[in-house]
Amino acid sequence: MLNDKLAQIASDEQEAGKKYKHQIHVCVASGCLTAHSDKIKDALSAEVERRGLTGECQVKGVGCLGLCAGGPTVSVDGAFYQQVTESDAAEIVANLGKAPVSRLEVPADQPFFGRQMKIVLENSGKIDPTRIEDYIAVGGYSVLQKVLNTLSPAEVLDQVSRSGLRGRGGAGYPTGLKWGTVAKNQGPQKYVICNADEGDPGAFMDRSVLESDPHRVLEGMAIAAYAVGASRGYLYVRAEYPLAIGHLKNAITQAERLGLLGNRIFDNPFSFHLEVRVGAGAYVCGEETALIASIEGKRGTPSPRPPYPAEHGLWGCPTLINNVETYANVTPILRNGGDWYAAIGKDKSKGTKVFSMTGEINNTGVIEVPMGITLREIIYEIGGGLPEGKRFKAVQTGGPGGGCIPEQYLDTPIDYESLTKLGSMMGSGGMIVIGETTCMVDMAKFFMEFCMSESCGKCVPCRVGTAEMYDLLDKITRGEATLDDLAMLEKLADMVKSMSLCGLGQGAPSPVQSTLRYFREEYIAHIVDKHCPAGVCNIAVAERTTA
Amino acid sequence: MLPSLSVPHPEDQRWQPVIGTMRRHGFASEALIETLHTVQSAFGYLDLEALRFVAANLRVPLSRVYGVATFYHLFTLTPPARHTCVVCTGTACHIKGAGKILAAAEKVLGLTPGETSPDGSVALHVERCIGSCGPAPLVVYDDEVVGYLTPDLAVKRTQDWMSHVK
Repeated sequence: MLNDKLAQIASDEQEAGKKYKHQIHVCVASGCLTAHSDKIKDALSAEVERRGLTGECQVKGVGCLGLCAGGPTVSVDGAFYQQVTESDAAEIVANLGKAPVSRLEVPADQPFFGRQMKIVLENSGKIDPTRIEDYIAVGGYSVLQKVLNTLSPAEVLDQVSRSGLRGRGGAGYPTGLKWGTVAKNQGPQKYVICNADEGDPGAFMDRSVLESDPHRVLEGMAIAAYAVGASRGYLYVRAEYPLAIGHLKNAITQAERLGLLGNRIFDNPFSFHLEVRVGAGAYVCGEETALIASIEGKRGTPSPRPPYPAEHGLWGCPTLINNVETYANVTPILRNGGDWYAAIGKDKSKGTKVFSMTGEINNTGVIEVPMGITLREIIYEIGGGLPEGKRFKAVQTGGPGGGCIPEQYLDTPIDYESLTKLGSMMGSGGMIVIGETTCMVDMAKFFMEFCMSESCGKCVPCRVGTAEMYDLLDKITRGEATLDDLAMLEKLADMVKSMSLCGLGQGAPSPVQSTLRYFREEYIAHIVDKHCPAGVCNIAVAERTTA
Repeated sequence: MLPSLSVPHPEDQRWQPVIGTMRRHGFASEALIETLHTVQSAFGYLDLEALRFVAANLRVPLSRVYGVATFYHLFTLTPPARHTCVVCTGTACHIKGAGKILAAAEKVLGLTPGETSPDGSVALHVERCIGSCGPAPLVVYDDEVVGYLTPDLAVKRTQDWMSHVK
C-alpha cells in the first residue's frame, strides 16, 4: 500500500508545484534566521498576496543556500539575492518574470556556485525541510523503497563498500568495513546511531544538513539499519542546535505517520524505530564511546577501545555509529550505485566533502566539493579570498584536534592522507582561514584552552597535560617563557598525544605541534625577543606603550 | 510502574512535564539526561529538591544524578539571571577579535564571564560557537543576535541593552 502511496504523493506534489510560474526560496536555516529571514519571508508572502499573485508565485522557507556571508539570502527563480531586507520585498516581487534586481543579485557565474559539486547538499535550499512531501517529490524515500524491495542486506553492504565512502566525522574509517563488522556480529538487538554532536568550533556543516534536509539523514539511517540488521536507532544532537532538533523530531513524526519508520516498512519484515537524544553541552560526547554513555543517561566519559561499538556498543549490543554527513551520502550511493560514487574524488578518498568556511574569508558559508580539489581552489575561487586584501597565513582544518596548513601547501589536493601528512587532518569539515593579523601562538592557546576545559577528566595525560600545556602557552604569550619552557611544551605534546585515552586528548597537542612545525619563529619571537609579530598578545601592547 | 511519586509541591504544575518525561521512558535510569533537560526547561535550573526527586523516581543514586548534572555544561544548579549577554568566543569570532568584544562587555556590565549581577537581573556568559560565523564577531543579547561588532560598537550596544533591561 505504502508502495503506491509514495509514488502518489510524489506526483501530487510535482503537479502542485507546476502550477506556480515563480518560486521564491528564503533561507530560514540558523545563519540567516539570526538576521531575521523569517520576517523577510513573511514580507515577501504579504507582498505576493497584496499583488494577487498567490496562485502563480510560491514563497517557501528552505534550508541553507550556502553563502552565509551574504545572509539573509533569497533565491528567486534561480537568481540568487544576498543581504535582503524586508523593505526589498516589494521590488523583488515587482520584478518577477523580469530581469532580476541587480542591486541584490550575486552573479550566477560566481565561482562560489560553479566550482561546487552537490551530492549531500543536493536538496539544500530547494526543499522545505519541514515538509516530508517536499522530500518525497524530489525522490525521497524511493531509494529506501528500492532497497527494501529489491536488495538483500549483503547487496547493500556491497554497494557501500564499492563506493569507497569513508567516515565523514573525521577519522575516515571505511564505511563499508564498519557496516560489515556490525552486520557480522550477532545479537538479539542491534542499534544504529547518528552522531550529530558537531562540536568543533567553527564547524557547522552537519547543522546545515540537518536544518536543510533532515529526511535525507533518516533515510540513510534506515538503509544502514537494514544492511546491518538493526531495528532501533538514535540521533544524538547537540542541544545548541534547537532548530535542527525541531526539524528532526518533526521529520520522525512525519515519517512514522506515513509508515516510513516503524513496523513492517514497505510491507517488508524490516522494522526501524528512531529517537532523538539531545546532548547537554559536552564536547567529548562527539567521541563515540562517550556518546553511547550519554545516550545511556550517564556522564559522557569515553571507554578504551577495543571493544569497538561495532561489537559492544549501546547497552552492550552491536552498534553502528556514523556521522550525519556519512548517512547523508548513503541514499545517493544506493540510488546511483557504488561505482558511480567511486568515480568521484581521488584514489583513497572518494566522493565529495562538505566544508564550512569561516574566519578571514570573503564567502563564509557551507560548501560541497569533490575530494582532490586543492585548498587554493577552495579558498581563493570558491571562498573569494581574504577580505580587504589581507595576506593569507594559514588554514586550520580538523578543529581542536587538527592543525594549521601554511601557504606553501595551498596546492595540496584535499584528501584524508594528504592532510594527515601535513600535520593536520580532514576532521569533520571545519575550515578556518587565518590571515596575517592572527598570532599562531595565540591560536594554539585558543585551542588548548578549549581542550583543557572540555577534557572529561577520566585519564590523567589529558586532564593534567592539557592544563600544563595551556599554562606554558599562556606564559609564552605573556612574554615570560624561556626556551626550556618550549622544550617542556614539546615533550608534553608528545606525551599527551601518545598516552591519552580518546581522540580529544590524542588530538589536543596537534594545533601546538603544527604551529611549531610551520611557525616556530613566532614562538621564538615571543620567548626571545619578547615580541608578538602579529601584535595580538599583550607583550606587544606593553612594548608599544614603552616605545 | 509508579514508584514513590511524591511530588515536592503537587500544586506546582511545572512538575507535570517532568513526570511526563520519566513516564514516557518507563522510569528507566537511561532517561536521566532527558529528565534533567525537562526539569531545567520547566524551572530554569536544577535545584537539590529536583535532583532528589529525579533520583528517587528513576532509582538512580543521588551521587550519579549530581555527577551528570555537573558534568554537562548546559545544566546549571543556580537560578538563571533574568537577562543574559552571551559573547561568542568560537574560532571565527576569536580570529575577528572576540577577546576585545568580551573585554568591552565585561567593562560595561562590571561582570566576569559566568557571573550574575547581585540583583539577579543580568548575567554575562561566553559561548564556544553559536554557529552563525558569517557576521562574526557577535554577541547575543537575550534573544537578539548582533553581529559585525567592533569594540566601540560593543560598548555602545551593551550600554543600550543595559539601560533597556535594567
